[in-house]
Amino acid sequence: MGTDVFRSEVPLTVNGSPCRPTVDHRSTLLDVLREQMGLTGAKKGCDHGQCGACTVLVDGRRANSCLLLAVAHEGCDITTVEGLHADDGVELHPVQRAFLERDAFQCGYCTPGQICSAVGALAEAAAGNASHVTDPDADTGEPVELTREEIRERLSGNLCRCGAYPHIVEAVEDVTP
Amino acid sequence: MKPFRYVRAYSVEEATTAHAGRANSRYLGGGTNLVDLMKLGVERPERLIDVSRLPLDAVEELPDGSVRAGATVRNSDLAAHPLVRERYPVLSRALLAGASGQLRNVATTGGNLLQRTRCPYFQDLGKPCNKREPGTGCGARDGVHRDHAVLGHSRLCIATHPSDMAVALAALDARVELQGVRGRRTLPVTEFHRLPGDRPDVDTEIEPGELITGVLLPAATAGLPSAYRKARDRASYAFALASVAVVLDIEDSVVRQARIAFGGLAHRPWRARHAERALQGGAPSDEAFRQAVDAELSAAEPLRDNSFKVRLARNLACDVLRRLAGPASAS
Ligand SMILES: Cc1cc2nc3c(=O)[nH]c(=O)nc-3n(C[C@H](O)[C@H](O)[C@H](O)COP(=O)(O)OP(=O)(O)OC[C@H]3O[C@@H](n4cnc5c(N)ncnc54)[C@H](O)[C@@H]3O)c2cc1C
Ligand code: SF4
Ligand code: FES
Ligand code: FES
Repeated sequence: MGTDVFRSEVPLTVNGSPCRPTVDHRSTLLDVLREQMGLTGAKKGCDHGQCGACTVLVDGRRANSCLLLAVAHEGCDITTVEGLHADDGVELHPVQRAFLERDAFQCGYCTPGQICSAVGALAEAAAGNASHVTDPDADTGEPVELTREEIRERLSGNLCRCGAYPHIVEAVEDVTP
Repeated sequence: MKPFRYVRAYSVEEATTAHAGRANSRYLGGGTNLVDLMKLGVERPERLIDVSRLPLDAVEELPDGSVRAGATVRNSDLAAHPLVRERYPVLSRALLAGASGQLRNVATTGGNLLQRTRCPYFQDLGKPCNKREPGTGCGARDGVHRDHAVLGHSRLCIATHPSDMAVALAALDARVELQGVRGRRTLPVTEFHRLPGDRPDVDTEIEPGELITGVLLPAATAGLPSAYRKARDRASYAFALASVAVVLDIEDSVVRQARIAFGGLAHRPWRARHAERALQGGAPSDEAFRQAVDAELSAAEPLRDNSFKVRLARNLACDVLRRLAGPASAS
């Protein structure tokens, strides 16, 4: 495939593998993952940043892939739910296992986004990032303890139409340090 | 979506030069607002100039004690930065009250300031909107306008500015730093966003092709007691119905200066100058706060379905003032 002024080749790493898809500049990262790379884990819920179903990790940080233009992410390291497992390719990520053990879903449509979001949120709390519900006086940059209230706030960017929230919060609690 | 060219800029000069003379270009920050509006057809650029990798990603202290936050610093990084957390907590709190963890990881300082209104008529090409298409009328005025402005609106437009961050910046007397092909300038955040007047299509004072390079947080408001409070329809991940940022300077039981800015009430963050003047030099008390805030909000002109916002804003402001004043405001 050649490129023209409206398309570009974009070197990326997806789930540990380098690749160079040629993308229409209009394509979101979500569409490139799902339609050009066959990675259908990340879901298209709203396509407008309002539901979190499309959440992936970009250089380790969670983001809504439906609002990211693929062309702008040259050189980035993308992890989708398909790439969270251990290097042996078998062992699930602890957050994935916790979701299974806690039955943290019904239809499962929001689940890949919830899981990627939880992985990102755990890293943010460990790095000492406060949230809206963290006591401002306790915002010292030290790792934040993830209470239920903290988990609910930090995962508020992921909607679940089945209302599996109680089990989702329990699953994340299980993997909280 | 219309096909577009894509250019990635690595320096400020590259970015402004790529934009010069091309009206149909847009700078791309995190894209969380622009890409959304492109999908809706509200924005139809022919060329995107990606500024997200410009070397404007630092938060740093300047020799005069002020703090400069670069335009490409992501909202989550700005909120978590020690200089912001420690000196300007109201800014951290406002950022953390906005959007979601995923969106804050992507959204930039520059893009946040320039995000467009969330008025549903503005986002719907099938509806009249003077902001999107001047002269077509305002669908919201006689339509669904519960979330719209109560202060400073015009016959032509009743939209609000949706940013939480900008409200804190307004209360902190922050300035926006701009770079155009013709040079550099700074503007107070309070003068950066416009009231709609007879040009609702123009949100801010930025000139075509001008780039936001950063915001400047002054030494004068560093370390003062400050807080942000936001009321919304759900506990998280929703825009403000009303919000307030307060920076309060009290010494020996006298208000030296109160800085109060409202969000969700107007086309720009609303600095409550009347209330601030009323409080200056007086003793902090619940009664003084109530009177000052009421005097400010007596200018409100609510619409058919949003008069609740006036009382909501008043209660938010009085509560935050009272809490910041602490024991000093005993009744
Ligand atoms: C579901 C949802 C919920 C949200 N909730 C909230 C909320 O509660 N509170 C809140 O405050 N915000 C909220 N937001 C909005 C969010 O904060 C903005 O979308 C974001 O801050 C925009 O930043 P960006 O870098 O992604 O901007 P972009 O989308 O990249 O750009 C926005 C505009 O700024 C221009 N631009 C970008 N950078 C520059 C620059 N350096 N110089 C000049 N022009 C520039 C672009 O051309 C464009 O016109 C929400 C968004 C979504 C999708
Ligand atoms: S309030 Fe402003 S943005 Fe909304 S429809 Fe009216 S003119 Fe358009
Ligand atoms: S599909 Fe991306 S947030 Fe809903
Ligand atoms: S499990 Fe069905 S949407 Fe969450």
